[in-house]
Parts: sequence; C-alpha cells; structure tokens
Amino acid sequence: MLRFIVRRMLQAVLALFVLSVLLFAWLRSLPGGVVSALLGERGTPESAAALRAALGLDQPLPVQYWRFLQRALEGDFGISNGVYRGQPALDVFTQRFPATIELSIFAMVLALTFAIPLGYLAARRRGGVFDTGSIVFSLVGVAVPVFFLAYVLKYIFAVQLGWLPPSGRQDVTINATHITNFYVLDGLITREWDAAWDAFKHLILPGIALSSIPFAIIFRITRAAVIDVMDEDYVRTARAKGLRQQTIRVRHIMRNALIPVVTIIGLQIGALLAGAVLTEKVFAFTGIGQALALGFELRDYPVLQVLIMMAALIYIIVNLIVDVTYAIIDPRVRT
Amino acid sequence: MTDTHDTSSTTTGDDTGHGRRRSALAALGDRKKERIDSLAEAGSLSSAEGVSLWQSAWRRLRRDPVFLVGLGIVTVFVLIAAIAPWLAPHDPAARLLIGQVSPATPIPPAQEGFPLGGDNAGRDTLSRLLVGSRQTLIVGVMATLGGLAGGMVLGTIAGGIGGWADSLVMRIVDVMLSIPSLLMAFSIAALFARPSQWTVIAAIAIIQVPIFARLLRGSMISQRHSDHVLAARALGVRPAAIVFRHMLPNSLGPVIVQGTLVLAVSIIDAAALSFLGLGSQDDSVPEWGQMLGRAQVFFNSYPHVAVYPALCIIVVALGFTLMGESLREALDPKSRR
Repeated sequence: MLRFIVRRMLQAVLALFVLSVLLFAWLRSLPGGVVSALLGERGTPESAAALRAALGLDQPLPVQYWRFLQRALEGDFGISNGVYRGQPALDVFTQRFPATIELSIFAMVLALTFAIPLGYLAARRRGGVFDTGSIVFSLVGVAVPVFFLAYVLKYIFAVQLGWLPPSGRQDVTINATHITNFYVLDGLITREWDAAWDAFKHLILPGIALSSIPFAIIFRITRAAVIDVMDEDYVRTARAKGLRQQTIRVRHIMRNALIPVVTIIGLQIGALLAGAVLTEKVFAFTGIGQALALGFELRDYPVLQVLIMMAALIYIIVNLIVDVTYAIIDPRVRT
Repeated sequence: MTDTHDTSSTTTGDDTGHGRRRSALAALGDRKKERIDSLAEAGSLSSAEGVSLWQSAWRRLRRDPVFLVGLGIVTVFVLIAAIAPWLAPHDPAARLLIGQVSPATPIPPAQEGFPLGGDNAGRDTLSRLLVGSRQTLIVGVMATLGGLAGGMVLGTIAGGIGGWADSLVMRIVDVMLSIPSLLMAFSIAALFARPSQWTVIAAIAIIQVPIFARLLRGSMISQRHSDHVLAARALGVRPAAIVFRHMLPNSLGPVIVQGTLVLAVSIIDAAALSFLGLGSQDDSVPEWGQMLGRAQVFFNSYPHVAVYPALCIIVVALGFTLMGESLREALDPKSRR
C-alpha cells in the first residue's frame, strides 16, 4: 500500500517535472520570442532589454530553466497584458478560480445525477430499446460541439424564453457581499438568499452545457461496469442466498460498479477545464476558462502560462488523490 | 494508477479462468490508458472457431444497424466531398449577395437560387457548406494521419525495441496523456503567430500522438510471444522485419477503430479552435469548423448561420463515431461470446 502511494507520488513528481520543461519550451517558442510575448504592446526597447537581463536570456538553457522554475515557485509569472492589464498574472487565477470550481462541481453533480441511474437502467435492459436509445443519445452528445450546445441553450432559455440569465455570474443590480468568491456559497453564508439564488440561476445553463462532456462518458462507464458486475459470481451467490433484489442492487451491484465511475471523475477534471474555456466564453462567465479564452484571443501569454500550468497542476494532483483513494477502496490495484 | 502496460502482456494469452478475474478490472478499462490498452489487445487475438478476426467481425457488422447507419453517413460525406465543386450551385468565394449586406442586415436571407441564404460577406451558404465538406475531411484525415504517424514511430520504438527505449518513450507518452488534451491543442495552436488550416491540423495531430503510441505499443507487446512471431524468430527473420512485416500489420484492427473515433474528435476540436480564434484566418476556402466558429457573433440574432455548419459537423462526427464504436465492439473478443 505504502509502496503504491510512494510510487504514484514519484510518478506525479515526474509528470510535474516534464510538464515544467514542456511549459518552458512552450514559452521559448512563442511567436516573437519570450520577451515580446511577455511584454506585449507595452514593450519599449529599454523594458525589453531589462526583461531580457532579468530573465537571463543570455545565460545557458539549463540556467534559464532553473530561473524559470524559481520564479514559478515564487508565484511570479509576469504581468498580464490583456485579460487584467497591468496586474500580476497570478491574480487572474486566484480571483477567478472559485467561479470555475463552482461551475465544474455543479456540472459534475448534474452529470452524475443523470448518468448513473441512466447507465444502470440501460445495463438492466441490455440490448433493449431503452438501452440502444440511451447509447445513441450519449453518442450524439459526444458529437455536438460543447460551445454550440451552450449557444443553443442560451438562445432558447435566455434569449427567447427569458427564463434564465444569458451571461455573467450574478446580476449587477444585486449588491452581494463576497467572502469566498464562490457566489452561491457567499450568499448562503451571509444569508443573502436572493443573491445565492441569483448566482445559482447563472450556473444552470453553463452547467448543463458543461455537464454534457462528462455525462456521455459516465453513462457508458456505468453501463459497462454494471453489465460486468451483474455476471460476477458474487452476484449469483447473493441471488442464490435469496437476498432481496433491492439489497443485491445496492450492496453488490452498484457498490462494485461505481468504483470505475469514481476513477473517471478524476480524469474528467481535465476535460471539464478544457470545456470550461468554451462554455464560459459563451456565457461570459468570469472564471479561469473565460480568462483562458480571452488570453488566447488577446495573446496574453503571462496569463496563459499561469493558467495552463495551474490547470495541469490541478489535474495531476486530483488524479493522484483519486488513484490513492482508489487503492484504499480496491486492494486489487495496489501493485 | 497501476502500471497497466506491464500486465497487459501477461493477461492476453491466458485462458478464461484468468480472463474472468480480468473482466472486473476491465470495467475500469475506460480510464484513458487502460481503454487504449484493452483495444490494443482486442485486435491481436484470433478467434477459436477458425474464422479470422476480420471475417467474424464483418459477419456481425453486416447486420448491425448502428454500423450501417455510420457507414452510410460517412460514405455520403466522402462522396459529397469528392464531387463538391460540381455540386455547389455557386462559387463559394464569390460575394454574390454583397449588395444585401449592410450593418442593419448583416446576413442575407434565403431566396431564389440561395436556399440557405448567404453569409456576412454575401457568399452562398449552401455552396460553402458543400465545398466545406472537403476541407473538413482534409482536416480530419490529416490530423488523424499525423497523429498516427507520430504514434507509430513512438509505439514501434517502444514495442519493437523494448527495454530502456520502451520505458523512456512510455514515460513521455504518459505525461502527454496526463495533460488535458484539448487544453494542449489550444496551447500548441497559440504558438503560431499566423494560424492556418495546417497549424490547426498540427495542433490536433500532436494530441493524438500519445494515444496511437500507446495503442501500437500495447498491440506489439501482446504479440511478442504469439506463435507467428516466435515462428518468424525461429526462422531467423531479422528483428526489424518481424516488427514491420509481422507485428505492425496485425495491429491494424485497433488502429482503424481508434482512427475512426479520432477523425470525429478532430473535426469537433477544429471547430473549438476556430471558436477561440486559433483557427485559420483565411476564409476564402470554407471549412465547417471555421464557419461555426465565426458564426458566434450572429448567434443571438441569426442562429441559422451557426446551426447549418453545426448540424453538418454533428452528423458527420456521429457517423464516424457510430462506425468506430461498432467496429470496436465487433473486434472485441469479450463481446463475441
């Protein structure tokens, strides 16, 4: 067990190292070179020379990499030249991160609530109309570009019907107190119920659009896992013992079938982050996804650098946690 | 994460007693890596009844409505792409309706000779969609082939040579798999000062490399101890020839399955890149993803401008996905019982 955890952690450290090298290489191959990329339009010959010296671009590559690593560890990623012009790039991450977490959690909960029961039902009626129907539905879901789905939802429910807000995180007329920057949570803490409700309404449409990404995969994994588990000897034994159907379903089938689902949640974090770039842009939802979209548009490389690094970092750490939890639940993977 | 690529070689040739224990673990197979590995194994097993893998797969596919629908969509799509210039009623680059474009009415409506209307540059939408199928097909195919080529080089080195080369290549591949792939495509595309169709293809191809590499390596490792490779080795066939003539052709099945699925994803990802402004800036040659990405500004007032290219992308991506998924099912020995 301990060996597994140690080895898994070493793998994560290695992944982080390779990642930092890739990011370093990425920065160095930016169009116009790293100095003009980091300075943007504000660059003057003097500031360019100063930055060149500060970055140590006259030094050998390994030294440059070491400096890059040091500055990254100190949280110095340069100054934003587009998204939050003139502010430290790291601020974009710290201020906007809660929004994306809020949205991602909501989307994930939505996907799990619908995909797991659907996957279970499809597996029970394997080969039937319901099964085939839900499989085709999930495949169509994969084929629809997520930003197009977001626009369609926005057009129908916000623009045409006016049921839900079309953009933003909270109505500007609401003067809410923000403690954590998780707007729904803030509203609950401060007991400003209308602020919490309004923030929640802003989550619904982008949440549904974003949930389409993990939905299809969770549905298919649940279905495949339930089918596999239903054939297992222990399920037959449980049946032979005369256990109630309900007990077999909950204790024997679902409990075992959910193990792979738990794992996939970790992997889906990455897809959610990438999907958030597209969804948040459509709904002008001010999270790190929208900042990334803006960063790509305005070529704000300091911001892109910090956001990409953080996204990959979160992804690696979440998967490390999932794998370790997973090894605790299921002894078979501890090899 | 367990070291699955080392266990994959031992589970392959085993009898059903072992296979049963594996099936519970195979449920986890849809974790990205393991899913690739199980696919790699699937293609290299031969059936017990003396019917070849492809024959038995074809027998099942012939009667599979899902596969036939997918095949139908893909066939029609490729046909349209092939004869698009002759099908299109107008030149897709000609600004025939430019007289009707004004700040108040940026999108010319449907009219005689222009059943789907025009775009904001006065060009015929139907012609652009028809001709756009060609670029879309090119983007999908080239990105997939690019990913396959890169993956084949890495996978062959890892699976063919083994040892330290294997460990080194697979560590790199695993790290690449550990970065959210679409985010990586965005970052690669952002490296080009002047984005074009080819930078889009390159960005999408690169994110497919680790997937194909892992797939081919897994397939080769599972063949390493199979009879035809042992026979070739006993006959004194050179190692390089064994890899290229005996192992690679046998890995074709899983590669085709993955390729069909990747084609669908590539077309969708190309649209996402265009949506973020990372796609080709030159729109004289239409492409669906670009048309969809650029329609974003008109969505709330003229949704049809986005809906037409989006429907084309959805139908074609669905066609490739249906084909790929039913192929996978047909080639999977587990589901053949």
